[in-house]
Amino acid sequence: MVGRLALVFASVLSVCFALVVSIGMPAASASAAAPASVDTVHLSATPAPSPEPTSDFTSTFTVSGIIKSGDEGVESVDVAVSGNGFDETVSTNAQGRWTVNVPEPGTYTVALDESTLPDGVALRDGTEASKEITLAQTNSVSVLFPTGEDTRQTTGFGEQLLIRIVAGLNFGLLLALAAIGITLIFGTTGLNNFAQGEMVTFGAIMSWVFGVLLGLNIVVATIVAVLLGAVFGYLNDAVIWKPLRRRGVRLVQAMVVSIGLSIVLRYVYLFNIGGQTKTMNVGLSTPVIIGPLRLTVATLISMGLSVVVLLAVGYFLTRTRIGKATRAVSDNASLAAASGINVDRIIRIVWILAGALSALAGVMFALYRQVSWDMGFQILLMMFAAVTLGGLGTAFGALIGSIVVGLFVELSTLVLPPDLKYASALVVLILVLLVRPQGILGRRERIG
Amino acid sequence: MDWGNILGNAAGELISPTTAAYALAAIGLNIHFGYTGLLNFGQAAFMLIGAYAFAISVLTFGAPLWVAVLAAFAASILFAFVLGIPTLRLRADYLAIVTIASAEIMRFVVTTTSLTNVTGAANGLSNFSGGFYDINPLPEGRYGFGPFVYSADQWWVRLVGWGIVLLATLLVFLLMRSPWGRVVKAVREDEDAVRALGKNVYSYKMQALVLGGVFGSLAGVIFILPRAVQPANYGTALTFFIWTIMLLGGAATLFGPIIGAMIFWVVLSLTQGILYGLIDVGILSFISTSQAGQIRFILVGLALMLLVIFRPQGIFGNKKELSFSV
Repeated sequence: MVGRLALVFASVLSVCFALVVSIGMPAASASAAAPASVDTVHLSATPAPSPEPTSDFTSTFTVSGIIKSGDEGVESVDVAVSGNGFDETVSTNAQGRWTVNVPEPGTYTVALDESTLPDGVALRDGTEASKEITLAQTNSVSVLFPTGEDTRQTTGFGEQLLIRIVAGLNFGLLLALAAIGITLIFGTTGLNNFAQGEMVTFGAIMSWVFGVLLGLNIVVATIVAVLLGAVFGYLNDAVIWKPLRRRGVRLVQAMVVSIGLSIVLRYVYLFNIGGQTKTMNVGLSTPVIIGPLRLTVATLISMGLSVVVLLAVGYFLTRTRIGKATRAVSDNASLAAASGINVDRIIRIVWILAGALSALAGVMFALYRQVSWDMGFQILLMMFAAVTLGGLGTAFGALIGSIVVGLFVELSTLVLPPDLKYASALVVLILVLLVRPQGILGRRERIG
Repeated sequence: MDWGNILGNAAGELISPTTAAYALAAIGLNIHFGYTGLLNFGQAAFMLIGAYAFAISVLTFGAPLWVAVLAAFAASILFAFVLGIPTLRLRADYLAIVTIASAEIMRFVVTTTSLTNVTGAANGLSNFSGGFYDINPLPEGRYGFGPFVYSADQWWVRLVGWGIVLLATLLVFLLMRSPWGRVVKAVREDEDAVRALGKNVYSYKMQALVLGGVFGSLAGVIFILPRAVQPANYGTALTFFIWTIMLLGGAATLFGPIIGAMIFWVVLSLTQGILYGLIDVGILSFISTSQAGQIRFILVGLALMLLVIFRPQGIFGNKKELSFSV
């Protein structure tokens, strides 16, 4: 028995490796050739000055920069350089360049006159119009004022709220796709699958491999990624979880195994695709403007598709024989088995479904925030928060929980710093457990 | 390949302060999981709190060493209460999710740029251990034998770190053969039976959580003495490594966490040395050194899986004492 399981383990790993290695090898070379950035906002910069000797063999000290909008230089923008009793204002030339010669090394204030920027061009969000620079080790310093399209017109609170709500719904719907997998697996097998995030990453990486590296149409790439995700889910069950269930491994033990699996998979991904974020440049980033909202085509498609798929899953669970059997197994596996339901088959179907849904969520995350090796793990806790909020083991609870988490994550940025938005959702999780530990749709018996 | 160097580095890991810190954190986790049966997946948070409480007291408030250590203690006790009050009544797997969530909340909080003045945000904190090295009684110079040759300061942090580990082990030994230890172990075996005997299960769980958390925060202090505080170090991976260490040595055993930490770090060091060596001599020319580092973590994950499936009691453990009861 022990020998057989070890063999099974060796085979699952080789499958993982083979799957990712076979496509990962060209990945390394191709990613280098891919364009470094698809950012439409161009960072204007002369290369940073290389360290020069401090002795002033030339007596000129210059402060300079380029102001660009997109790829075009912006003409006649006023820049003032002051400090050390020196004050000079210059305008940018036709290429957007400006240069000020200062008399001596020291600290200067460089200020950009925002009123001279042409309409539609503004400093990128979070950039100060005035900067302190120090000329000490070098004779020249370049100062950057990154610009972007003027996004500050949408500062009205109502509009901000609307934007955040839409973003939150989008995030929540994506989360729901992945979280339903977690909750179905928990319902039917009792396992808290910590490797679910890696199923999401799997879908994202596959869509990147087929859509970007192999250049397939994004629709085809998505279908391939979802199919492979289903296979991946099936393999998860067939190679690891089914043998473990046969072996009678306890649930908490299985949970720790899933943590180990999550570490293994994550580093296998990192090994193959490297640490850099991969851009999903598949041409779906055309902006769509609806009132105050600026969305991309990808966002609209992913929201629409999520709704359709979630409705389909709801139909499957409530109206089809297999779906009803799934809910029966979730409710009481022994009773379901006694009434003639093949529990192992249902669990297999649940894993396949979870794999496919997670992969689809992964593809959409890839379109929404690019591809990285630990993207799934980063949202794993959001998924757990969502299913726990909704009530572990209930599929519709997962949907509601996901949307609550999604909205909360995005709406919290109205009051909290954006880098705390995930923390706020986790705080809500803990607060809900205080008041209603079984979650929104859960039942009392599920807590101990 | 320079085997002398590879083996020397691996031997150095046996007594390194990092190994001591991981061992101490695993001793704390062992109180939580091994003896009391609490599924704490937030041990990294206790280390984070110890480290930041210590560093912030020194840097922001200019506190002397002993006050900084007391601050680390106090912060971890407070955190244990905040964590325990809502969660200790929940079922085991809920507790796991909540503790891992709290650990991530703490990491988000110390990383946020709005607290840069206090926590240093993503850059972390450094230059806070002067007070610790000032009281080093060892004379200047480098001494030792074989691969264990260190400066006076390096010996000082090792002596203190391992001294605390041994004291903690002694304390656990005494506690677990006391009536308190018997109640705590009974809570692990059957909560309802203990409750029926009139014991306050919730209170015992809370005491265990606080005690293990204090060890975790001390581990955090030892961990940062030879280095800077980096928020990225306190991710969920740290918790999982401590779990691996505890399960490797054996949960609910006295020396399991120490031996587990030693094996963990020696094996990590050996695999790194051997992989780098193989890349150097051109046998593994198709992988880079950073990929070699990643292979080590694949091995950690595999070790965790295989351990839990095939030998959940670890090296020294007794299968009967293992509390994978759910």
